[in-house]
Amino acid sequence: MKKHGTLILTLAAISVVLWSAGAFCLSDAFKNNIYNPGLLKPTDSILKVKVGDIAPDFSLPSVSGGRISLSQYRGKKNVVLSFVPAAWTPVCSDQWPGYNIVKDIFDRNDAVLLGITVDNIPTLFAWTNQMGNLWFSVLSDFWPHGAVADRFGVLRSDGVSERALFVIDKKGIIRYIGVSDINKRPRLEILVKKLERLER
Amino acid sequence: MDNEIRKIPMALATIAISVALLHCLAFAGNLPPVKGDVLPEIQLLVPENTIHRNYLGLEGGTFFKIPEIKAKVVIIEIFSMYCPHCQREAPGINRLYSIIEGNPDLKDKIKLIGIGAGNSSFEVDVFRKKYNVPFPLIPDEDFSIHKRIGEVRTPYFLGVKINDDGTHRVFFSKLNEFKGAEPFLDLILKLSGLKGEG
Repeated sequence: MKKHGTLILTLAAISVVLWSAGAFCLSDAFKNNIYNPGLLKPTDSILKVKVGDIAPDFSLPSVSGGRISLSQYRGKKNVVLSFVPAAWTPVCSDQWPGYNIVKDIFDRNDAVLLGITVDNIPTLFAWTNQMGNLWFSVLSDFWPHGAVADRFGVLRSDGVSERALFVIDKKGIIRYIGVSDINKRPRLEILVKKLERLER
Repeated sequence: MDNEIRKIPMALATIAISVALLHCLAFAGNLPPVKGDVLPEIQLLVPENTIHRNYLGLEGGTFFKIPEIKAKVVIIEIFSMYCPHCQREAPGINRLYSIIEGNPDLKDKIKLIGIGAGNSSFEVDVFRKKYNVPFPLIPDEDFSIHKRIGEVRTPYFLGVKINDDGTHRVFFSKLNEFKGAEPFLDLILKLSGLKGEG
């Protein structure tokens, strides 16, 4: 009986490993430098903001130097915050390079994109360099660790953030929140539709 | 009754073994195709665009298979709009298309298609518009095609030779092998045997 149980558990574990052994990170741009954490719990946090709220302000260091605050765009630009879990992990490494070729869509909707992770600046520097020249700012929510992610309610229990998108209008009001399954890349068209509904 | 209960773990073990074996078989069967292989059974969405349908020589319908393309050689690029290398190489691949289409000896013999791994129709369309891609790009939103061809990294190139009797063989299967339109075309012509066929 016990032997059967062990066998079942072992085979189940093998099945899960095989099932989750997919090539999440597709691009050869990162070679073999992407760490695959396997299949993760889809979401692991509780939102602390909702659509219609004023987005909490923050000021974070940018990979390109200086600090960027959310409030600096108030009255000027719509803002998209793209939280991704961590540098050098699957899915994230393939998400921002896609945003990098749709600057025109952001421009058309008078929006800026701010990419945020809980990694430190040197890590983000090395990682984003593999993506080519990004047109948008990449911010480090490293210290105090994940504080901004936590204020929005997208800091997971293991210290990385959710894969989450926040669309904030020029008045600073949150117009859309999309917390994706961490294992999957959110469809671009969903974000584009939300952007197109904003006042320009 | 006791006997029945005792059989449950065995039944569960059998199911678990079957599931594991199926996974193993599926995994083993999903290695990237190599030279001499027949392509795995993949079904692609027929392009809505008439120019693209005509380019591939497709009549219509919803799905098609690679060997149904009216050509001697099909070059397949597995790409993603999210892949920096694919983005950088897009102008070069367009040039490859132009060279082939501009050569009367090649234009009906070699066809190019892209398969957008994990890309929706919208995402494929973003890539097409961004880089003015003239050849058909087919979405593979749920990675189903990508899984069948071994979950390759991108950009990945497959060369398929279609014989007069309708059979086909893979003659080229490489990751990130595009070193410019001219050398790539030369390689394809050599490896497919088209060079010298006249």
